[in-house]
Amino acid sequence: MSFKAPRILPVLTVAVLTAGFVLVFFYAPNDADQGFVQKIFYLHVPLGIMALVGFMIAAVQSILHLRSGDPKWDVRSYVSIHISIIFGLAVLITGSIWARASWGKWWVWEEPTLVSFLIVFLLYCTYYPLRYAIEDRERQARYASVFAITAGAFVPLNFMAVRLAETLVHPRVFATSEGGLPPKMMFTFLVCIAGAALLWETLIRYELAAKTSRAKLSRLRRALGGDGVSTGGSRIAPVPREGEA
Amino acid sequence: MRAFRAILAKDLRTELRTLESVPAMALFAVTTFVLFRFGLDRKELEGSLAAGVLLATVLFASLLAINRVFVAEREQGGFDAIRLAPVDGTALFAAKVTVLVIYLTALELVAVPMFAFFFGGTEGMFVLVGVLLLANVGVATLGTIVSSIAVNSRARDLIAPLLLLPLLIPLMIAAAGAAEPLLAEGGPSYDDLGKWTAVLALYDLVFIALGYAVYDFLLED
Repeated sequence: MSFKAPRILPVLTVAVLTAGFVLVFFYAPNDADQGFVQKIFYLHVPLGIMALVGFMIAAVQSILHLRSGDPKWDVRSYVSIHISIIFGLAVLITGSIWARASWGKWWVWEEPTLVSFLIVFLLYCTYYPLRYAIEDRERQARYASVFAITAGAFVPLNFMAVRLAETLVHPRVFATSEGGLPPKMMFTFLVCIAGAALLWETLIRYELAAKTSRAKLSRLRRALGGDGVSTGGSRIAPVPREGEA
Repeated sequence: MRAFRAILAKDLRTELRTLESVPAMALFAVTTFVLFRFGLDRKELEGSLAAGVLLATVLFASLLAINRVFVAEREQGGFDAIRLAPVDGTALFAAKVTVLVIYLTALELVAVPMFAFFFGGTEGMFVLVGVLLLANVGVATLGTIVSSIAVNSRARDLIAPLLLLPLLIPLMIAAAGAAEPLLAEGGPSYDDLGKWTAVLALYDLVFIALGYAVYDFLLED
């Protein structure tokens, strides 16, 4: 199992992201209510959607890992969660900035989507200490997959529970559901989602390629007899193994 | 089914002879109530504050049992025995969930009356027990999954609460949503009780099904 660095994908990603930002600043109209600040929506929401989709993809990859026992799926699931957590951090930061600009507070407990997202983010953060605490590689991979599946089932339930808890007292202050978007905003939003999805996939491919070459490097070093050389490998991250060539 | 009964009987007998988990949980809960009494500086609790104190205390107390529920299996070869025996791994899962539900119910039999004794508000307690029972099933199911993961790791006592607490947040939301009107000032009301019990039941069902599906992978060696 070895992963190669992507070639066309990064170019496409940069193109779509650039187009997206051009559309955001020059094509999409300013929001009547919030003005210019609302444009952070085109960064915040696509990243959020991609992070959640990434967690779901990781759950599916974990199911494939448990079913097939192929370590390739464990590596993929690990990388999916890894990149989605980075996206998640960006979502929380941009969300906080948006909340400050539009409601005057850095954190609003009344916004159910943001709160649900925080809970999901906190849960996935425990993925690293979990992997770190299990020494046996195979068992680590299996347990990490069980965690990813459990957490995948948790995500929709959590969103439902938080949403139910909030609508009780606070109606949603402003709907960002796609149904309410005028066509120009909608088009820009879709381009931004495509950009976020491409960015996610590109980062995944690079991470996988980096892991492959790191594993290759450490094998070469071992073959050269340099036992004492540290390869900078991590004990948490799963290592891609080379197939019998 | 026989394996399930055997494991359940073994665990309950061990608990009755050693009294390791339930008394410790009860003592922990009562002490935590006293802590809250001074931490919040309140002599009476009602509504959301009462629901929060009661549920948070029960959840934290449950961690004591969840941390211990697989220790004997690991240290004295219970896992190996299950793996060698011609029984389904899910028998172990079902037995441990049941054991934890029994422990939690026993804990609440002490904690809820003590809570009423300390802070008042006895009227809604009977319905509250029903809500707590539903919550127990969810806590026990997730506790069993998480504890099986944690017991085979290096940082056992650290991993279980770390994984479990975020997983229990939705359960806490639903249980507190149901308990809050029951403990409201001036007598219980039953608003939204149906909605929250439905959420609790759904939560229980999803994770029972999930535990049933993945549990064998946690037993492999």
